[in-house]
Amino acid sequence: MLAGWMPPNVSTFGGEIDHVVYLILYIVGFFFIVAEGLLIFFAISSRRKALRQAHYNRGDTPREAAWILVPALIVLGLDLGIDSAGHRAWVMEKSTHPPGAIEIKVTAKQFNWEFTYAGPDGKLGTADDVTVENDLHVPVDQVVHLALNSEDVIHSMWVPNFRLKQDVVPGRAIPAWFEATKPGTYEIACSELCGFGHYSMRGTIVVQTAEDYAKWMNDNVLQASAASAPN
Amino acid sequence: MNVAVKPLVHQAHELGFVRRYIFSTDHKVIGKQYMALSALMAIIGGFSAYIIRWQLAWPETSIPGWGPIGPDQYNAIVTMHGTVMVFFVAMPFLLGGFGNYLIPIMVGADDMAFPRLNAMSFWTQLVASMVLVASMFAPEGPAASGWTAYTPLSDNPIYTGVYLGQDLWILASALEFAAFLMGGVNFITTALNLRAPGMTLMRLPLLVWMEITAAVVFLLSVGPLIAAAIMLLLDRRLGTSFFRPDKGGDPLLWEHLFWFFGHPEVYVVALPGFGIMLEVMPVFARKPIFGYRMMVYSTIVAGLLSFIVWAHHMFVSGMDPRLATPFSITTILISVPFAIIVFAMIATLWHGSIRFSAAMLFALGGLASFLIGGVTGIFLGSQASDIYMHGTYFVVAHFHYTMFPVTFFGGMAGIYFWFPKMFGRMMNEAWGKIHFWLSFVFFSGVFIPLFLAGIGGQPRRIYELSSYDMLKPLQPLHVIATVCALGLFVAQLPFIVNLFFSMVRGRVAEKNPWHANTLEWTLDSPPHHPNFATPPRVYRDPYEYSVPEMSEDWLPQDQPPTLAAATAAR
Repeated sequence: MLAGWMPPNVSTFGGEIDHVVYLILYIVGFFFIVAEGLLIFFAISSRRKALRQAHYNRGDTPREAAWILVPALIVLGLDLGIDSAGHRAWVMEKSTHPPGAIEIKVTAKQFNWEFTYAGPDGKLGTADDVTVENDLHVPVDQVVHLALNSEDVIHSMWVPNFRLKQDVVPGRAIPAWFEATKPGTYEIACSELCGFGHYSMRGTIVVQTAEDYAKWMNDNVLQASAASAPN
Repeated sequence: MNVAVKPLVHQAHELGFVRRYIFSTDHKVIGKQYMALSALMAIIGGFSAYIIRWQLAWPETSIPGWGPIGPDQYNAIVTMHGTVMVFFVAMPFLLGGFGNYLIPIMVGADDMAFPRLNAMSFWTQLVASMVLVASMFAPEGPAASGWTAYTPLSDNPIYTGVYLGQDLWILASALEFAAFLMGGVNFITTALNLRAPGMTLMRLPLLVWMEITAAVVFLLSVGPLIAAAIMLLLDRRLGTSFFRPDKGGDPLLWEHLFWFFGHPEVYVVALPGFGIMLEVMPVFARKPIFGYRMMVYSTIVAGLLSFIVWAHHMFVSGMDPRLATPFSITTILISVPFAIIVFAMIATLWHGSIRFSAAMLFALGGLASFLIGGVTGIFLGSQASDIYMHGTYFVVAHFHYTMFPVTFFGGMAGIYFWFPKMFGRMMNEAWGKIHFWLSFVFFSGVFIPLFLAGIGGQPRRIYELSSYDMLKPLQPLHVIATVCALGLFVAQLPFIVNLFFSMVRGRVAEKNPWHANTLEWTLDSPPHHPNFATPPRVYRDPYEYSVPEMSEDWLPQDQPPTLAAATAAR
């Protein structure tokens, strides 16, 4: 059911997130159907009829209470299962940052995304850095590290296709990462109310093959850096 | 005993119109005042919902009755909708209204413990409501930073362009909290200290348990937010920097303080709504509540747990990622007490003798809908799936599916149930059932599509969808939701007519039209002031329906055992 509505996943950790979503769907779906089914069944089968009195049971003997407490214990066990599956996926996306990555600085501000690449020296935070607006180009099958910064209010970087969401908070540099598995253009939305332009704070991530990315890098970052460098 | 009570009755009759009906200290009048105030505010909240829904369905058009709307105005209306509905409709209706009206007459007290404080609570709430309405006419418009008022958007006026409107929003919220602190103290003291002889804690109607748990939860959680509101005001007006990163403050501090209150607040609203459903169900199923004690303990456990789950609103906020799993565990654990409450409610129906009155339909519909809100909460409580669902329409649909069933379906169940007690006349049942079915169908039609919009990835608080290619296919969902929302508004017309018509022309109600057991049904309809001419004495649990060997299928709490035995023998 969800598969039709969720946009296709194209990140390495996205599958783990989807796995948890489906696990929860199956568990709560089962309880939901059972509970609604019993509710409707009991309501209809117990409707008032002439010459039939309601059963007097208070549910306070251990035997009766077990009808409630045993299902509740099963709920407890399944809860812990959901927590543990969720923990694995969470650690993969949020707590581990695989090495060997391209480093890009992201700056969110009302109502744009800025992406800063290292220039020829290969280091961020130096004079030869190059900043592009709203379109993030990355190579496919490579780990990309982002350092998220905000110039004004809280924004949130939301890339549905990557199952990536991270708030961008002024005063903090928050790390995030991804590895895209399929070339294409994917949209970035701001998902934290940030002012009147919030609804149109759109960016894109252009995932390219290694060759295309190298060419883009050369044309847009290295040459731009050279052009703007003071002689 | 009679001697002591009589002069008071006499005195009550001598009060003039103004003291009796306007500046009253009678909890029943104050309860009705709270309900009327929240109904007025619901008109504002409902109209703002109408504007939001129209804009999302047909973004390029002028909204009938309002005109075209810009993105800044849209944000302001979204902010007002959330603030009004949570703080100025749901809370005053379920706590101020039903809590005030019912707690004293259910526990067998003549009034609240502190009647003047109770009146002050209402008048403070009225001032808070007026301040919030005034903020809508501020020069730059009302607050536009969302009902959560995340800093620094709400902190530095340059980010929204709103100056006075946001200050008034802070003031209105703080006054509202003060009003409910006064009310909450009254609820707790009354239920603990003014119970009639024989009314032990384990004989209290569940609604009273739920109201006082809600009051305790509110009391213990709201302090940090009142402090935070004042800090925010200081930031805005006196140049402090608690939440301003450009001067060394931290925006996440606001999020923590807000949600430390914000999550318990959900239970403050939900528990009384559940309490109403729990009062209605045994009466119309003619059965005792299944597992009364389990219900009470689950309520208390849910209240306690609500204090240690707040950071599930902040999984992707940038807080330390190691905190996610602990908060995920506590959050999902809440499903256990709620599962017990819900399973026990369902078990209460089993082998009952159910009469589908309007009140019962609303209670059952509320439970059936709340189940959807409950199970979808797991997707948001899980740290991993929340990465995807957080901040999307899935959240919007989820919390509407928790708040609407308790506030609207629970509240309506309460109105159809206690209307005879409040106004001395019966409401029309047939129109009540029509009201239920229309509301139930249209409510589902509004929010089920919005779950799908959220799963499709749509962020909240989006003025229109066309900015994103990925959102354009979701547009039809919003058209369905809006058409159903219009239906939901129209579905309230039979209720409004029924309500006012029944007040004047309804069939005159007897003391106990539903054959219910709790103490309020031993009073005249409507009750006099003070409530009990002779202090009641309580002999048994509140839900003794269909007791074997009895000729009647109900056994009031105050019926002496000898009399009960005589009835049995008859």
